[in-house]
Amino acid sequence: MAKLPNTSNDDTVGTTGHEWDGIRELNNPLPKWWLYVFYACIVFAVVWSVLYPSVPGLRSYFGGTLGYSQRDEVAANLQQAADSQAVYRTKIRETSVEQVKADSDLYQFSVSGGRVLFAENCAGCHQSGGIGTRGYPSLADDDWLWGGSLADIERTIRFGVRGAHDETRQSQMPRFLADGILPQKDIETVADYVVAVSESKPVNPHAATLYKDNCAVCHGDNAKGNRELGAPNLTDKIWLYGGDRNTLIRTIAQSRNGVMPSWTGRLDDATIKMLAVYVHSLGGGE
Amino acid sequence: MNAMPPDAPAKATPVARDEALLGVFAPSLYADHVKVYPRAVRGPFRQVKWAILTLCLAFYYLLPWLRWDRGPNAPNQALLVDMAGPRAYLFNLEIWPQEVYYITGLLILGAIALFLATALYGRVWCGYTCPQTVWTDLFMAVERWTEGDRNARIKRDAQPMSADKLLRKTAKHTLWLVVSAATGGAWIMYFQDAPTVTREIVTGGASMATYFFFGLFTLTTYVLAGWAREQVCTYMCPWPRFQAAMQDEHSLVVTYQGWRGETRGKHKAGETWEGRGDCIDCQACVHVCPTGIDIRNGQQLECIGCALCIDACDDMMRKVDRPERLIDFVSLDNLQRRAKGQPTVQKLVRLRTIIYASLLLVVGAIMLYVLTNRADFVMAVQQDRAPLYVALSDGSIRNGYTVKVTNKTHGPVDLRLTVEGVKDARLFQAGETGRHTGLDFSVPSDVVTSYHVFVTAPRGQLPRGQQQFDFVLRDAAGREVIRIRTQLSGPA
Repeated sequence: MAKLPNTSNDDTVGTTGHEWDGIRELNNPLPKWWLYVFYACIVFAVVWSVLYPSVPGLRSYFGGTLGYSQRDEVAANLQQAADSQAVYRTKIRETSVEQVKADSDLYQFSVSGGRVLFAENCAGCHQSGGIGTRGYPSLADDDWLWGGSLADIERTIRFGVRGAHDETRQSQMPRFLADGILPQKDIETVADYVVAVSESKPVNPHAATLYKDNCAVCHGDNAKGNRELGAPNLTDKIWLYGGDRNTLIRTIAQSRNGVMPSWTGRLDDATIKMLAVYVHSLGGGE
Repeated sequence: MNAMPPDAPAKATPVARDEALLGVFAPSLYADHVKVYPRAVRGPFRQVKWAILTLCLAFYYLLPWLRWDRGPNAPNQALLVDMAGPRAYLFNLEIWPQEVYYITGLLILGAIALFLATALYGRVWCGYTCPQTVWTDLFMAVERWTEGDRNARIKRDAQPMSADKLLRKTAKHTLWLVVSAATGGAWIMYFQDAPTVTREIVTGGASMATYFFFGLFTLTTYVLAGWAREQVCTYMCPWPRFQAAMQDEHSLVVTYQGWRGETRGKHKAGETWEGRGDCIDCQACVHVCPTGIDIRNGQQLECIGCALCIDACDDMMRKVDRPERLIDFVSLDNLQRRAKGQPTVQKLVRLRTIIYASLLLVVGAIMLYVLTNRADFVMAVQQDRAPLYVALSDGSIRNGYTVKVTNKTHGPVDLRLTVEGVKDARLFQAGETGRHTGLDFSVPSDVVTSYHVFVTAPRGQLPRGQQQFDFVLRDAAGREVIRIRTQLSGPA
């Protein structure tokens, strides 16, 4: 046991011998084992520096004799994650989307993974969470242009809408004014008709005839649309470009033909199926 | 600087100073470890110390073996920290990882209790109940049993190695290691089922991690209680450094009553006690001290307040027929009063003890309240942010919520989730297509289950763009289990 800490002016413990202007430097020595622990730490540090990356150079650095690298570890971890996902992705590739949804493991994997894939590939147009924006349909509501079943969604993602793929979903609304099909006055009448239908108000017979002759072939006699042709329902509260009179006149006169690219070839089969399951889970799936 | 204090002692001679400057005189800045050889002692404080040691060790070794029936799907060990579970079991209490604040609360209670004890009775924790003290004391008992008492040990250590010395040293270290292994093993038992892990350790069937921690705690016990001893208290432990902040002049401390003892000196039978103090300079107090200090030098960092020096000194005082308690367990205030011949007072109620006691009560009350109001079911609701709401084709508004239900019971429970506060609201889960007035969940036991729930409000139900409502969970009998208020958002 070391002696008492020397805090007084008595001489029970020595000083370092240093004295300035009568002020002495007291010596309360550390235990030697403490010093040895310090030496052991130095030895440890030296050994560590040899084994692990330590000394930086101008272009490179000393990588240590064990060849350890945190970058390699990250790469290995990522590979490990990919390997563990590969099991699920293989299963998803080999089954239908309906079966993926029925399998709770695959479903969880698809929804969780689909969220990330959606953010990477789809959210640019359809927005985060698939809420959509003007011209880009919401994927979370219950109104579908081309169908909201798993198979419909998968097909839309795979081949796109008015895209470059041979099997893409195809339809075209005519440009009624630009192509000289209807005069401006009739277009305004039809627009009034559409507004009245969507608000369940009485319609004028002339307008009804105009609608029937020009629009009903795609949008249906009751104006509820046709998913075979991607023709939107005109009676509900959801408008892709806007439901006010002026926007409707513009739509009828100049037409709207939004394009969704085909994702075949850009995304692999499993990814497309995972996206389909994710979109279906957003709340509007049928 | 020329303002030298007039009474400053000029101890270092000019010659010594010059030598120091030249580097000739170089005192060591590092001290050799001086081995402490505490002598055995008898007396009331020693008896209390034995009793507390026995009690603490009994609790430590036996507690993991205490069984506690929790039903079929839970361990039946009264005290168990299941890291893999992950659950901590404390008798009736079952702590989940997200409830680690219960442990925090217990630690805070422990700390405040320690503050209060220190303010009242000084370093009783250090002297009697600290694991370092308890195991060191146990190891010293083993040492005395194998190598004899202080004088025999000093003598033998000075001798060259002999068969007898080798035998005794081997016996001591073997016994130390046995105690250490039992200690390390007992620590493992708090983390795994005690009977199982004991069997596994003995038969070699335990995991590498178990053996690692078993070895680690065996080694630390052996090194800390066998070799490091008072060095831990003096150089490693932070507590002695700041415990002075809890003490004042009314705290009881082990102290030498210098006013009575000085002037000290040897005393032969028959000599007068006139004109001298009661201290006969027999060094008994120094010889029994487990940290090897001289209590007569006053309050010091190394003193752990174990009061063994009181027992030793009382013994000597009886032999020379002087009053006992030359070294006493007394407050510094009363020490001064005695020196002045004034009556002593025990001032237990002081501002600091009142504060510590109130804190103890408040924290204890909070803990008790939280513990007694702990629910078997917990529900957490988080509204989706993107999208905040979805307008549907019939004009109704739909919001999404992540609903997490924690079932802390040991079996699955059927619960029904409904919405109260939105007229004609409909619910459905992500992935399904129905519209329901309530959702039936079979909530699995012992886990947190997450559901993505959609709530649809008909057109016109959100006049201000927002509507407060409650998610309500009911059991099969229709009793409300838990209710969480949240909001439904729509276009303003």
